[in-house]
Amino acid sequence: MSIDIILFLGLAVVAILSAAGMLFSRNAIYSALFLIINFSAIAVYYLILGAPFIALTQITVYAGAIMVLFIFVIMLLGAEQTGRTPASWWMRPLGMGLGALLILESLYLIFTHLHSFPQPIEIIDGFGNPGQVGEILFDKYVLPFEIISLLLLVAMIGAIVLTKKKMKR
Amino acid sequence: MKWDDLFAILPLVVISTWAVVLVLVDIVIPRDRKGITAALAALGLIFALYFTLPQYNRHLVAFNGMVIVDGFSAFLNTLFLASGLLAIALAYGFLKRNNIDRSEYYTLMLFSISGMMLMGIAADLIIIFLALELLSIPLYVLAGFARPRLDSEEAALKYFILGAFSGGFVVYGVALVYGATGSTAIVEIIQAVVAGKAAMVLLTIGAALIMVGFGFKVAAVPFHMWTPDVYQGSPSPVTSFMAVGAKAAGFAALLRIFVSAFPYLSVSLVPILWLISALTMILGNIVAIAQNNIKRMLAYSSIAHAGYILMAVVTFGKGSAAIDAVSAALFYLLAYALTNFGAWSVVIALEKSEGRGLLLQDYAGLGKKYPAWAAAMTVFMLSFTGVPPTLGFLGKFYLFRSVLEGGFIGLAIIAVLTSLVSAYYYLRVVVIMYMQDGEPVVEGDIWLKVAAGATAVLVVVLSLFATPLLQWAAQATLQSGL
Repeated sequence: MSIDIILFLGLAVVAILSAAGMLFSRNAIYSALFLIINFSAIAVYYLILGAPFIALTQITVYAGAIMVLFIFVIMLLGAEQTGRTPASWWMRPLGMGLGALLILESLYLIFTHLHSFPQPIEIIDGFGNPGQVGEILFDKYVLPFEIISLLLLVAMIGAIVLTKKKMKR
Repeated sequence: MKWDDLFAILPLVVISTWAVVLVLVDIVIPRDRKGITAALAALGLIFALYFTLPQYNRHLVAFNGMVIVDGFSAFLNTLFLASGLLAIALAYGFLKRNNIDRSEYYTLMLFSISGMMLMGIAADLIIIFLALELLSIPLYVLAGFARPRLDSEEAALKYFILGAFSGGFVVYGVALVYGATGSTAIVEIIQAVVAGKAAMVLLTIGAALIMVGFGFKVAAVPFHMWTPDVYQGSPSPVTSFMAVGAKAAGFAALLRIFVSAFPYLSVSLVPILWLISALTMILGNIVAIAQNNIKRMLAYSSIAHAGYILMAVVTFGKGSAAIDAVSAALFYLLAYALTNFGAWSVVIALEKSEGRGLLLQDYAGLGKKYPAWAAAMTVFMLSFTGVPPTLGFLGKFYLFRSVLEGGFIGLAIIAVLTSLVSAYYYLRVVVIMYMQDGEPVVEGDIWLKVAAGATAVLVVVLSLFATPLLQWAAQATLQSGL
């Protein structure tokens, strides 16, 4: 077994267990922390796949910035403890049944159609490194880049308009 | 990036820069003189309009194929900019009367218009998605502009959550299309399909998801649930702008994507679109009958009109018929925009604070007391119904004809029948205005009167010169090489 396979399997265990932990923990803060572990595991996958830029973006943006925001919101709302939801009796078995069906069917399809999936493409040297990402961003994708800056400005103005105290007349 | 690229999208550059600068300029404008901001915003729109008009005969591809400037986009951009002017005229007095005359209304509207214009020129799915967000986010905020009024906040939250949800559908669809064809540019998608290199199943699913996302935006059944509440809760000028701009932008994207990039998928997607279009016409028109609040009634009416325009998308696999349908849809959008702004200007004139004055009964006696307003409202209701001599009649006529040309006889029959049904609730407003007694109070400032008068006159007069107008739309479509 090559070292890549061992790394892959180890990370898979971490990713799946942390995802399950996020779903099953009753405390929303723990859920958020599990999600951070999950994001980090995914980030290491990106490293294995040879995409260091995406890996670091995953950590700084998702595991970092967005999760801090999540935890802030949870704390501000005081929503750490999710009470037992008064669900109808049939919801849980139905959800389990549908979930099991989905997993079984996708496993079946994956293993029966394994040969028809496209083979991974040989990665061009230097693909996905920050330099190339930057070049593409400011060359081919310069218009979307500028639009996103406009979009962020609009979101900022909008947030201020919606939260500003009503002006005195 | 070359200067040519920037020059190609000059109207968009003008509007977005204008909006950014207006945010700054607004700081030095005194609080009780916000009319200046409105005037400056209008000036920006006129300026951009001046740069849009010469673009009708162009065919420019800019920013590495990200955008395409052609007759189709020029027609739509003219529509968006004119909508902005009307929305300012409708809003100025209303905002003042309701103590919500914050100048952000005008800047946010300019940002939203730049998103719509971007949608008109988009030739890449990434741009289409960004345009969708750029036009929607200011609209979410504008829907909640009358806060802390509860129904306005409710409208903003509902619109935001469902809008974000539908945006997710679009992104997922774009990702699948990219996976299937290896590109997000419409031209390259076509090339991949023609060369047989595209994974057709993935492409179909992606196209269907994009269709669902835009179905939300244009309020097609079954994605229409948010429409009545959002249209009712938002401040009326915002609703009028939303009903025209967001819908026209949604259709711009649908027509551009489906007619030019996905004609090969028509076999699998046309039955679905057919059903959506038929359901939208039927449900919109029938539920509108039961409405007692004019804003809700107009909301269902706008759903019904989305169904009519969607018929043009249904023909997307039919070659020349599809091109005719696109120009008919453009013409219909123009007729719908003018009629819609006109009808909303009358609604705004009668609306009182705290959402009173919006029931159909409040229109009783309008014919006697304010004959001019009642006459204008009659024109708009007739145009919505599709009675000559109004623009609405010709819009329906051209659209139904192109649908028949595409061979969808059943759909055309449904459209005609539902138009008959719609006569009931549109003409009911006319009957109440002229046949019942009441004491309506109209509070219209000069700009509102100008907007109502101008749209009423245009709806009638333009219908007399409809042939050159339709040729203009057809020319616009042909130039675009969809």
